[in-house]
Parts: sequence; structure tokens; C-alpha cells
Amino acid sequence: MSKKYDAGVKEYRDTYWTPEYVPLDTDLLACFKCTGQEGVPREEVAAAVAAESSTGTWSTVWSELLTDLEFYKGRCYRIEDVPGDKESFYAFIAYPLDLFEEGSITNVLTSLVGNVFGFKALRHLRLEDIRFPMAFIKTCGGPPNGIVVERDRLNKYGRPLLGCTIKPKLGLSGKNYGRVVYECLRGGLDLTKDDENINSQPFQRWRERFEFVAEAVKLAQQETGEVKGHYLNCTATTPEEMYERAEFAKELDMPIIMHDYITGGFTANTGLANWCRKNGMLLHIHRAMHAVIDRHPKHGIHFRVLAKCLRLSGGDQLHTGTVVGKLEGDRQTTLGYIDNLRESFVPEDRTRGNFFDQDWGSMPGVFAVASGGIHVWHMPALLAIFGDDSCLQFGGGTHGHPWGSAAGAAANRVALEACVKARNAGREIEKESRDILMEAAKHSPELAIALETWKEIKFEFDTVDKLDVQ
Amino acid sequence: MPFQSTVGDYQTVATLETFGFLPPMTQDEIYDQIAYIIAQGWSPVIEHVHPSGSMQTYWSYWKLPFFGEKDLNVVVSELEACHRAYPDHHVRMVGYDAYTQSQGTAFVVFEGR
Repeated sequence: MSKKYDAGVKEYRDTYWTPEYVPLDTDLLACFKCTGQEGVPREEVAAAVAAESSTGTWSTVWSELLTDLEFYKGRCYRIEDVPGDKESFYAFIAYPLDLFEEGSITNVLTSLVGNVFGFKALRHLRLEDIRFPMAFIKTCGGPPNGIVVERDRLNKYGRPLLGCTIKPKLGLSGKNYGRVVYECLRGGLDLTKDDENINSQPFQRWRERFEFVAEAVKLAQQETGEVKGHYLNCTATTPEEMYERAEFAKELDMPIIMHDYITGGFTANTGLANWCRKNGMLLHIHRAMHAVIDRHPKHGIHFRVLAKCLRLSGGDQLHTGTVVGKLEGDRQTTLGYIDNLRESFVPEDRTRGNFFDQDWGSMPGVFAVASGGIHVWHMPALLAIFGDDSCLQFGGGTHGHPWGSAAGAAANRVALEACVKARNAGREIEKESRDILMEAAKHSPELAIALETWKEIKFEFDTVDKLDVQ
Repeated sequence: MPFQSTVGDYQTVATLETFGFLPPMTQDEIYDQIAYIIAQGWSPVIEHVHPSGSMQTYWSYWKLPFFGEKDLNVVVSELEACHRAYPDHHVRMVGYDAYTQSQGTAFVVFEGR
């Protein structure tokens, strides 16, 4: 039906607030937590968010009439109270599939969290969750390998993977760095990791690191008879440089590389994931900068969204926080988004912070990586929270061992296996954690010393960002 | 610091993946782990290999995977039969998960020489 052009400024809600709308299976759905400026009605704020993140602008424009906006516009179809918070509310917005380029997480985020976040009528805005429709998911490459293939390549079954970051974070020469990798791996770790800010600095150029690390990995593998790996960080200045590093890792016959997906960017990440799929390489993903975006309870993007975006963009392992260590993250919320990394269907569950049913179809799963301020005493809780499809990484908890990294690695490996064995035998590992670890330490002087070293270290601060439940 | 000790020398050990860092399990402990495999709904699979081939992806099946086997005693007697037939081989117990097409768990029960 043709319409007449009526210049001027209309209220957003006239066009973009449609409470009678029933979302389609193909719509991309988003839940925003909105905090408007005083005096602006909720419907107007919510409609403005829908408009500014899709087809709208502040004024009516003649060229709108060249197309059918009803077909392309985002719509706010529901508004809900935020429990325990009078000034904010949830706006649920449905976006038609054709607003987005196939397979482009970059494009989705440019729309949903673009200009709208600077919009003056809003004091704060937070993207809480996205329901990706299957029709979009099927256009994404996703994890280059996934949990099952990664287990098969690394020959690790029935337990979490065990890793650690090489410390000190910065300043080691390539040869010294390779030494630390070798110590960790010979001591019983499966994987070691470049710290996120190790790229290619003057004290250690990337090629030096790659060569010495490759030698360490191969030697440890030969001596222990187990499959080993090290995440070689390929995050670089330019995509060209990133691919050059990835190619060299492959030349050295290394099983896994690494990328920082937020600082590196989604376009680079998706490209590298595609390269990994083509070249049979595993991809570990770090998340530097995430807390800038996801920690404020009223502004930014919740990590569950960033986690879902990573699964679609591609990665075989993603850092998720530890719940128990030095970094932010409460247990229920963490469980909510690690489900979204690993499962093929995740139901709506507000007690876990999941606002939508999310069907992942056949998309492979991503290992949840727990890293940051954890040590052997945390092992039972970590196994209980994260389960087998996780990678537990102890940095200080490995290198800080009085006998050195190899003994620290062995202590962690003994503790992990003792916990897995106890869990399988039906014991309540969190309740009986002390007994299980002390028993295991009888056969392992390395573990006994580790337990003594870290017996009083705790990180008991309340989380800043809590679930909105009363 | 009460425990201040001298630095010990950590010697590298060759191990066989999951549970490789624990002391050999008693018979009861092995039964517990097999019971866990059965309780998860996984199929018990027995595999063996000469120690020189322990890093191969494929170890030899003992017979076929015991699809749907729920009887702990049957699994235990097959493990023992495999060990008798190949006394110098590593023998491992696998819990095969047909849903994920992966191994729910795998651990070595008898170490060969």
C-alpha cells in the first residue's frame, strides 16, 4: 500500500513499538536493558533503540518510501520490568533476518551495538542476550574443529584439559620461554599458552618463540608419551602478519594457535577460524578487553553475547572466567554462558541469565577455559562447575611451586585426576575436597608441597555484575 | 614457613594419559570406574597395543565394542581375558559415547612391559 511523504519528526513508538508482533523463527531477537533519561516514556525509549539499531533515524526521510520499511524495520515487541530495579527495564527487539550479511558477526554487532549506544535519550544501555535464528547460524562457520575433534587430536578423554600460561607474562627471550614451556609439559600439563600480550616484541620476536616452543613441545611429547601443545599467539598488527604466523606454526607441525578476538576484531577472528578449518589447526581464543565492555551491570554488552558471537565467528576454546579465582564472574551466570558454548540446545532460564531458547543445531562446541588466580585447592570446585569439557589453566599455580614449573604441573595433574576419579566413583567432590586432595598428596610430594604453599590464598570479593533476580 | 624444604628434583615420567599420574588402581577402584561408564550409558570398549605403539591413534579392539553391555562382571572378565591373551600389551578401558561419537573416558587398566 503506497503512503504519502509527511516530512517532520515522528515519535519512534508510532513506528517501532509493536506489542502485538509475534516474532518469526527467522528473526534475530535481542534483549536490551534500557535506562532512559528521566521523563522519557519506556515505550519511546525502547522504540528508539529498535529504530536506531535497524532502519530508523531521528527524522522522517522521503527515501524511506522507496522501500517497504515494514519488511526491514526492527521492532520492540515486549517490555519487562528488571527485578529489583525501578529505573531500568528490558526491551525485547526483533530484527528481520535480511538486515544482516550472512555469516557476519561484525555486521550484526555494528547494527545492534553501533550508534544506538551513544543515543542521548538513554542514560545507559546494555545488550543482555541475542537469540540467533537457525537461518543465521547455518551461514556461520563456527568452531574450526570443536570439542569432539579437539579431543581426538589431542587424545584426551574423560577429564578436563590441563594447561597454564607461561610467566612472567613479558620479558623472556625465546629460548628461556621455550624452557618454561618444556618444564610445564614434561611435568604433566597437556597445553601451555602464550600470554595475551605476547605478540612479537623486541625482547622476543614471534619467530624465535615459535621455533623454541616447537622444540619444547616435541621433546616433551617424546619423553612423556603423551600428546602436547602450546597456543602460539598469532594476534598481530595486520591480518597479513597474522596469517604469516599461522602458516609458520603449521610448518612447525604445531597443533594449536591462538587469537585475541576482541582486540583483534571479529573480522580477523572469523578469517583466522576459516584458515584453521582449512588447515586442520586448533584455535584457542583469548578475550582481552571484554571486561571493559561486559562488567558494568547497566551499560555495555553482557559476556553471554560475546561468547555466543565467538562460537559463531569461530574458536575451539574460549576463556570464560573461573568463578572461584581472581577474576569477576558468578556461578549461575557462568554456567549459563558455558552452556551456550558447548550444548546444542540451551533453554531460556533467567536464573542462569539466558533470556531466550537458543538452538545451535549442528554447530560444534567450544571448550570453556578457566584461567586466572586458581590453584590446586580450587580443583574440586573447578571440576564440579566446569565439568570435563573445559580447560583448566593454572599460571601462578604452576610456576609458583617451590620446586619449579614441572613439579607444579605434576601437582595439578595429580589433583585433577584424583578429583575425576573420585567424582566417577560417586563421591561429592566439593564437600569432600579436602579429603580427596590430602589422600592424593600421600602419593605425590609435589602435590603435598603445592597444598601447603597455597593453603591460605582466597579471592573472596563479591561480584560487581549480578543476575537481576530477587 | 613451617615446611621450608630443600628443592626436590622432578623426574619426567612416561605416562598413558588419563589417570597416568595416579598410583595403580585397586580392583575395587577399577570396578568403580567401569560402573561409572555403564551408568553414563556409554558402551564399554577394550583396546590393547604393544607398548611400542602406545602413541598410535588406533589400538587394537579386543573383539568388538561391547555395545549396550550393562553387566560389570562381563566387562571385568573380558578385560582379564584380553590381558591373558596379550600379557605384554597395554590394555585400556574406553567408555564410548555414540551420541557425541567420542570417548566419554579412557584409561589404562593393565600396563604392558
